[in-house]
Amino acid sequence: MRHLLSTRGITRDQAVQILDVAEDMADVATREVPRLPVLRGKTVVNLFYEDSTRTRISFEAAAKRLSADVINFSAKGSSVSKGESLKDTAQTLAAMGADAVIIRHQSSGAPEVLARSGWIDAGIVNAGDGTHEHPTQALLDAFTIRRRIHGQAARGKGLEGCRVTIVGDILHSRVARSNVWLLTCLGAQVSLVAPATLMPLAIGEWPVEVDYDLDHALSAGPDVVMMLRIQAERMHDAFFPNAREYSRQWGLDDERLARLPESSMVMHPGPMNRGLEISAGAADSPRSTVREQVANGVSVRMAVLYLLLAGAMEEAA
Amino acid sequence: MPSRVVLQQADISRALTRISHEILESNHGGSDLVILGIPTRGAILAERIGAILESIEPGSGTVGTLDITMYRDDLGRNLTRTPSPTRIPPGGIDGKTVVLVDDVLFSGRTVRAALDAMVDLGRPRAVRLAVLVDRGHRELPIRADFVGKNLPSSLAERIHVRVTEIDGVEEVTIEP
Amino acid sequence: MSRRILITGAVLADGTPTDILVSDGIVAELGTGLSDAEALAIDGAGLIALPGLVDLHTHLREPGFEHSETVLTGSRAAAAGGFTAVHAMANTSPVADTAGVVEQVQALGEDAGYVTVRPVGAVTIGLAGGQLAEIGAMAQSRAKVRVFSDDGKCVSDAVLMRRALEYVTTFDGVVAQHAQEPRLTEDAQMNEGALSSELGLEGWPAVAEEAIIARDVLLAEHVGARLHVCHVSTAGSVDVVRWAKARGIRVTAEVTPHHLLLTEDLARSYDARFKVNPPLRNQADVEALRAGLADGTIDIIATDHAPHPVEDKDCAWADAAFGMVGLESALSVVQSALIESGILGWADVARVLSRVPAEIGRVAGYDRGIAQGAPANITLVDPAARREFARGDLRGRSANSPYLGMTLPGRVVATIHRGYPTVLDGELRSVQQVAISKGKEGNESRG
Repeated sequence: MRHLLSTRGITRDQAVQILDVAEDMADVATREVPRLPVLRGKTVVNLFYEDSTRTRISFEAAAKRLSADVINFSAKGSSVSKGESLKDTAQTLAAMGADAVIIRHQSSGAPEVLARSGWIDAGIVNAGDGTHEHPTQALLDAFTIRRRIHGQAARGKGLEGCRVTIVGDILHSRVARSNVWLLTCLGAQVSLVAPATLMPLAIGEWPVEVDYDLDHALSAGPDVVMMLRIQAERMHDAFFPNAREYSRQWGLDDERLARLPESSMVMHPGPMNRGLEISAGAADSPRSTVREQVANGVSVRMAVLYLLLAGAMEEAA
Repeated sequence: MPSRVVLQQADISRALTRISHEILESNHGGSDLVILGIPTRGAILAERIGAILESIEPGSGTVGTLDITMYRDDLGRNLTRTPSPTRIPPGGIDGKTVVLVDDVLFSGRTVRAALDAMVDLGRPRAVRLAVLVDRGHRELPIRADFVGKNLPSSLAERIHVRVTEIDGVEEVTIEP
Repeated sequence: MSRRILITGAVLADGTPTDILVSDGIVAELGTGLSDAEALAIDGAGLIALPGLVDLHTHLREPGFEHSETVLTGSRAAAAGGFTAVHAMANTSPVADTAGVVEQVQALGEDAGYVTVRPVGAVTIGLAGGQLAEIGAMAQSRAKVRVFSDDGKCVSDAVLMRRALEYVTTFDGVVAQHAQEPRLTEDAQMNEGALSSELGLEGWPAVAEEAIIARDVLLAEHVGARLHVCHVSTAGSVDVVRWAKARGIRVTAEVTPHHLLLTEDLARSYDARFKVNPPLRNQADVEALRAGLADGTIDIIATDHAPHPVEDKDCAWADAAFGMVGLESALSVVQSALIESGILGWADVARVLSRVPAEIGRVAGYDRGIAQGAPANITLVDPAARREFARGDLRGRSANSPYLGMTLPGRVVATIHRGYPTVLDGELRSVQQVAISKGKEGNESRG
């Protein structure tokens, strides 16, 4: 792997390899010294144009556990403006000898531009770009699902037969996009549930089932229900009438939770709007994987950094 | 020139049996012994040794695996390797005598990496090294405590250890 | 430099072989076997002689954005592409919404001398869509503006659009509408469809263009005015215009070379060179636009040449500016998309890239094409040439061409503007050479 820009086009073998390496990385966390020397001497830059403390510290922890040097570069709030700045910043980071750049950007495709530009010869990891993709989030979601299903015997396995329902603002969600491509590539059946206004155009061309009725979707007893964060501002753009109606129609409340099979997992990429898309009861129930997702995020990001940086250069995935 | 078989199945089996006896002898019995194989073929050989130890002295064949991928000093020069799992037996390695098992001892760099990896896992009382073949050409001050066969070789030659579980045959060959 | 030019052995757009003698700024003689020992000789063997190309939609950026283009650099790019007249869009700084600005732009064009620069006037003050600009003053100025457009912005207010259409009728002007419903295209980045959904780029739906065109043709019918639709980009727009023409509404429409050749798939790279407004659409739209051009629904091809500096394209897609340069590549792209696929012949090219755009813009001298006594605006093209389109082929100030690295057919060998060459042997004439030739012709015509 040269870069990790998206999960679209990733092969099943590549995905399973990342998840398997992540299993090994998860073991490291339980050891006396939870640190590997594998990226000693490598410099990893967190280049964040948007605030996201949780994603940034997850990558930072991952890089440090692999003994890399970490530089945090917060472009937001500094004098860095739009446009040319991405190029200038990239060239600065190149001059500093960055081996990998983890980029979070408000514009879809910014990581792709960075990887293709020739401004910098580093591995690029997409940590969320606009409304495009968030591949490491999808990888940690897949990892979490696989571990819950297969436990210690997860290595080498995909997600065949697993039914995943993703609910919420699909239109603006990079998490949903990355999950659709990754989970289906691993063999899962994915269904999307949202008001029609928050469903992307031409959704029929995606390898998913589409449902507009959450109760109907839940009545099928999915193995995984993934709730997406809904931004209250959306109602001002007439995507839905108001928060109350959204919550009533598309929120996972205690009553809906109770109707789910005992084995169903409840996932959320965080941060959660308790009481809007998910009730406190659902968020804190034993079915919720929210805290596992955080821990698994570090393992998966260690795996990605290892595969990107530990080897000699290979062709881009 | 075709490859030449230097150890056959029976030779390998005898060598492992001898090594197992030597381990018990040097350890004054089978207590506090942990056999750690280095993937992939070292881990298979460690299982064999563990089984032999168990047959000689029940309870002495505690076996695990120690992956050293992350500790190699040639990362970045080769394609990325997918690591193998490290499995430490439930008792851990603190205060134990650890016997590292590998198939071929060559430059010594793998063993160096294994020693580094072990430091992150705990503090053994002593560490020993068992190998099926020692082919010479050491680049580090490392030697084996238990050797199946010393096989002086030229740097140009290639030595292959094949085991049934992975390769379908059981032999050691030397290839010019 | 001789004041006479003799082109031998060329073929006119309709296929007629001929020599062409240019003298004193006009086509003096046509026919085979012409000779003139003192004339500048151009061997026209294998070349097609087109009437000078006229672009109804060019952004020359001056005044205000001289780091992107100037009237001079844009005129040179136009001449290199075989154009002899361009219409300079009004979105400069200050905006061309007063007689002063349009006269300045026209004067800069005359000074440069490479092409005839016809300024386009803004419809509303500052392109703000609030209040009509001094349309009458611009029409009566020395620039004699006939085309009015807020291009880059849509005149979305229906009342304002109605008034503008009515107002320009009295002096035979035309409103050229950039059809883009603003609310449907807030933050829009590319064509809305499956690909925009996948790429996470805000969609620019076809309906945002089609709805405005539908409204405008009905308004034009209602007030009996003439309407021109800029850069039509969707199959639905072609249908609307076709319907309007069948109904007898006085509407003309243009399409850009890039919408005739390129599709939205290029956005997959997030390479901002392919970001343009209206956006590249899909293959079905491209086919419909070609068919619309073939059956006359779409009247003309116009470049929408839109230069931008490197920093406005070397960035994330959403941060980049809209637009592509197109003057230098237009004829090659037309040959690739339309001639080679058999949709148009060279006579059609002469119609859609010279005679009709001049007619819409009320530019004199192009109504008869290359004819005895007509002003000598001639483009000689070698249709057999092929080249990899490269940075060196771009003669303006900016390099935001989507065609760099693509192999394109055809090459402009010579461009003759008002009887003097601006391009010879495929090379642009220098500013000094053009100034000298222009001076002679100027003295001649004044004398």
